[in-house]
Amino acid sequence: MKRRPGDIAFQTVNYTALGVLALVTFFPLYYVFIVSLTEPAEFLQKRIVLWPDTWSFQSYAYLLSTEAFPRSVANSAFLASVGTLCSLAVSSSLAYALSQRRMAGRRLLMGLILLTILFSPGVIPAYMLVRQLGLMGSLWALIIPSLASGWNVLLMKGFFDSLPAELSESAAIDGCGEVRTWLRIILPLSLPALAAFGLFHAVGYWNQFFSALLYLNDPKQWPIQVLLQNMLLSASTTDLGTPGEYVQAPPTEMLKMAAVMIATVPILLVYPFLQKHFAKGALVGSVKS
Amino acid sequence: MRPVAAEVEDPRQRVRGGERESFPPPGAGGDRLRSRVRSGRWRSNLRRSSGLYLLALPGVLFFLLFKYVPMWGVLIAFQNYSPYTGMLDSPWVGLDHFRRFFSNPDFLLLFRNTLGINLLSLIFFFPLPLLLSLLLNEVRHTAYKRLVQSVIYMPHFLSWVIIAGLTFLLFGKAEGLVNLLLEAAGRPKLDVLTNPDTFWLMITLQSMWKEAGWGTIIFLAAMAGADPQVYEAARMDGAGRFRQMWHVTLPAIRSVFVILLILRLGDIMDVGFEQIFLMYNGAVSHVAEVFDTYVYRTGIQQGEFSYSTAAGLFKSLVGLVLVLLANRAAKKFGEDGVF
Repeated sequence: MKRRPGDIAFQTVNYTALGVLALVTFFPLYYVFIVSLTEPAEFLQKRIVLWPDTWSFQSYAYLLSTEAFPRSVANSAFLASVGTLCSLAVSSSLAYALSQRRMAGRRLLMGLILLTILFSPGVIPAYMLVRQLGLMGSLWALIIPSLASGWNVLLMKGFFDSLPAELSESAAIDGCGEVRTWLRIILPLSLPALAAFGLFHAVGYWNQFFSALLYLNDPKQWPIQVLLQNMLLSASTTDLGTPGEYVQAPPTEMLKMAAVMIATVPILLVYPFLQKHFAKGALVGSVKS
Repeated sequence: MRPVAAEVEDPRQRVRGGERESFPPPGAGGDRLRSRVRSGRWRSNLRRSSGLYLLALPGVLFFLLFKYVPMWGVLIAFQNYSPYTGMLDSPWVGLDHFRRFFSNPDFLLLFRNTLGINLLSLIFFFPLPLLLSLLLNEVRHTAYKRLVQSVIYMPHFLSWVIIAGLTFLLFGKAEGLVNLLLEAAGRPKLDVLTNPDTFWLMITLQSMWKEAGWGTIIFLAAMAGADPQVYEAARMDGAGRFRQMWHVTLPAIRSVFVILLILRLGDIMDVGFEQIFLMYNGAVSHVAEVFDTYVYRTGIQQGEFSYSTAAGLFKSLVGLVLVLLANRAAKKFGEDGVF
């Protein structure tokens, strides 16, 4: 194809604009990452550090030597792992059943689920329910009420719709029950989609802040996001508990940055592995072809 | 929504509509036969799909308990609910809480803030993913495109606590990087965190930074679905880049755009609770209080369950009505709509 001068100019502007945008998106994380790894003395002296002369893990060592910080990471890890598994189990089994045309009453159920997307009764009734169920003050209060969402179930159903119906039919002819078919045939085939949905759930649980604010009072149960908010807003690090004897306290700014990194890194770690799946997962069933 | 019935074709209607001989023969016998056939089918369906019901059961129970029980719980908006007497014994007060809410000066403030933030977001944030995906779609180097995409998707996965933290660390009055740089350059410092004049703008910019990249996914997919032959034909007819964009790319994503717009309109009463809650401070309280934060403050913190449920219910209902209206309007203009 011939390239016109206008096209070349457009492409130059386009590539530059997108590059600048990517930089603007990336820079805050880069800056926080770099400062968190700077020698505290150097940070105190220069204040603006874009590339440190001396690297140091002191901020991380300090945070990890406190009582509260590792505990909150463990709480969040529990939420993310157990919550994700439970969510996948509940929503994928429901979505699979809804995708099978032979299931009587599936339209009614779909309508009921659609309604929950359109109308939400708000925070207070949900709060009262959790209280009446006796879940207050338990980490399960952060898992059970958010096991499934209407959107996710409908998206997953869209994925199961795309599997050939012959699969479950032939399994039935071979004498496989529905539950067995789902466990042994459908789920193994759906691993990429499950990975994508799993990632969304895991990120959701790891990032959960509001429900922790509502349902947890004991700081021992705080997930990382609540601890982080306390650190960032109160500017004091005394809530963290006594640090290890030999670790000196770095400046609070640096501790905040290290804390932000620790709350971000798990997501950045799974990101490259799952990236090729998540775009697909986000789209499943949402674009009509 | 279309009615759920009429799934099974009713032979009677076929008879009435067409001029064919009536089938089955008129009379009670035919009716009884048909109903027996139908209920038998229903029963065998039920038996055959019992395994499916078993699979669906946990999910269905979840939706009933955590989505439908709270819908019943909104009734306390019409009561003077007290946790000690419980829902059954609390006195009914009709629309009192709604009246109190609407006559409260807070109401206008909440309305103004919510609409203001949403209007800014509708103008600046909403079209951004579309614009970005148009630009990305023109990038021919796959590696460069991938790189940009991977970077701009990333903030979607960060929590609002982290976004707020980054904002403090970059724009904090004393120690924020931007202000340190301004100070070094001998310029006056910026005050974005406690400035009521720029609060809405800051909220909008935060949303743009976090979600604009993620929003491109759906448009890029729709663009990928555009027929290459149509581009070819447009080129043959002498269309340049921009005309191709206008006549081929944009029509290809129109229905996706309309669906997103409808859903967005339904959210016009929502401003993310976490974002506002985290950026909230005394200096900006009169521009930062929105429906969601108000419900939290009056309901959870001050224990006025009934009053705050009424406020929340009002918000949800307005959202519902807006989605339904927008959906109907979209259909009138010949688009698919959401449902």
